[in-house]
Amino acid sequence: MSFTKDSLKIDAAAVTEQICEQMRSQIRKDLKKTGAIVGISGGIDSSVCAALASRALGPKRVVGIMMPETDSSPESEKLARELSETFGFETVLENISGGLSGLGCYERRDEAVKSVFPEFDKSYTSKITIPSNILEKDSFNFFQLTIENKDGAKTKRLPLEAYLQIVAASNLKQRLRMTTLYYHAEKRNWAVVGTGNKDEHMQGFFVKYGDGGADLKPIAHLYKIQVYQLAEYLGVPQSIIGRVPTTDTYSAEVTQEEFFFGLDFYNMDMLWHAMETGVPAADAAKVLGLTTEQAERGYANIQRKITATEYLRMPPIEIE
Amino acid sequence: MAVIDKDTVRKEIRDFIYETYFFGDESETFEDTDSFMEQGIIDSTGVLELTSFLEEKYGVTVDDDEMLPANLDSVENLIGFIERKKS
Repeated sequence: MSFTKDSLKIDAAAVTEQICEQMRSQIRKDLKKTGAIVGISGGIDSSVCAALASRALGPKRVVGIMMPETDSSPESEKLARELSETFGFETVLENISGGLSGLGCYERRDEAVKSVFPEFDKSYTSKITIPSNILEKDSFNFFQLTIENKDGAKTKRLPLEAYLQIVAASNLKQRLRMTTLYYHAEKRNWAVVGTGNKDEHMQGFFVKYGDGGADLKPIAHLYKIQVYQLAEYLGVPQSIIGRVPTTDTYSAEVTQEEFFFGLDFYNMDMLWHAMETGVPAADAAKVLGLTTEQAERGYANIQRKITATEYLRMPPIEIE
Repeated sequence: MAVIDKDTVRKEIRDFIYETYFFGDESETFEDTDSFMEQGIIDSTGVLELTSFLEEKYGVTVDDDEMLPANLDSVENLIGFIERKKS
């Protein structure tokens, strides 16, 4: 099959039908559960998962849990409510800031930020990013820390210890969300739906036993640009479809492209698909309007992320 | 101009790799030209560990635009990088 600009176009109706059928079977037969809990953030992936669950099981067997915390955008809750009204499922609001404070999430993160920028205080917000556009240079993936206040922004590369502490502290957010979802699932004897797409799942943009902890993952096989096609078909509100995907994890706004992927979703997904199906980089480059070197860098960067994050997808390893 | 003793640096880097990633197990083997990433010896966090090692051990600063496989992804590349930084 030849590689074209439309290679990742899907028959959204058929894909929806196939996913819904499997979700019904997985929840009822494999998991022996009777409904689905979905953490909803107002983002495209969780919205599509909640819409799919509502279609598969009926909205009465779906509850969307909104879990904002101190650094969340207020927009997230507003969009999540709009979603629940569109598809008719119930929502529960769980503010997890108190729990995160109890775990020392903010304190530990800020301590690490201060080790890099001693001037960091409450007047600043912070975020971590990777150098933009991975196609321009064959660079290793490394993180930069940015702090911002009314006077402007400052950025430095994160040294190892500070990087690890900021990530470990920030990951408490996803892990507390997972714990909260299982509370709501267990008290109803329902299943937890994981909302990661293929980009997140395979390139390791999730927290092990955090947002990666779930009973089923109905869109983990779909590229992000295919998730958008499903969203349009399912009738997800345009306010959600048009929102730029963010991490909603750091106090300064950071897009998923800045934080992790380093490339726009269309080019990343198309390059990845080309690589997976054995299309030479030069041919993929022609279709996408890139140089061969750019396509080769894209292939290498995606492969490096998949390899480096294999441990995230592994179950606990037992002694043979 | 500071000149480095390549054999000494080679041994120090190899010792660091063995101690940090192989728990000192010398039955593990790798060539000086092997890519650390391709061989699965280090991941992206490992690159930061390696960078800290270079900065502390050899007093060199690794700039953001030097975080490249051509500088950091094998023993040979590291020796060449340290040599260039020291000259």
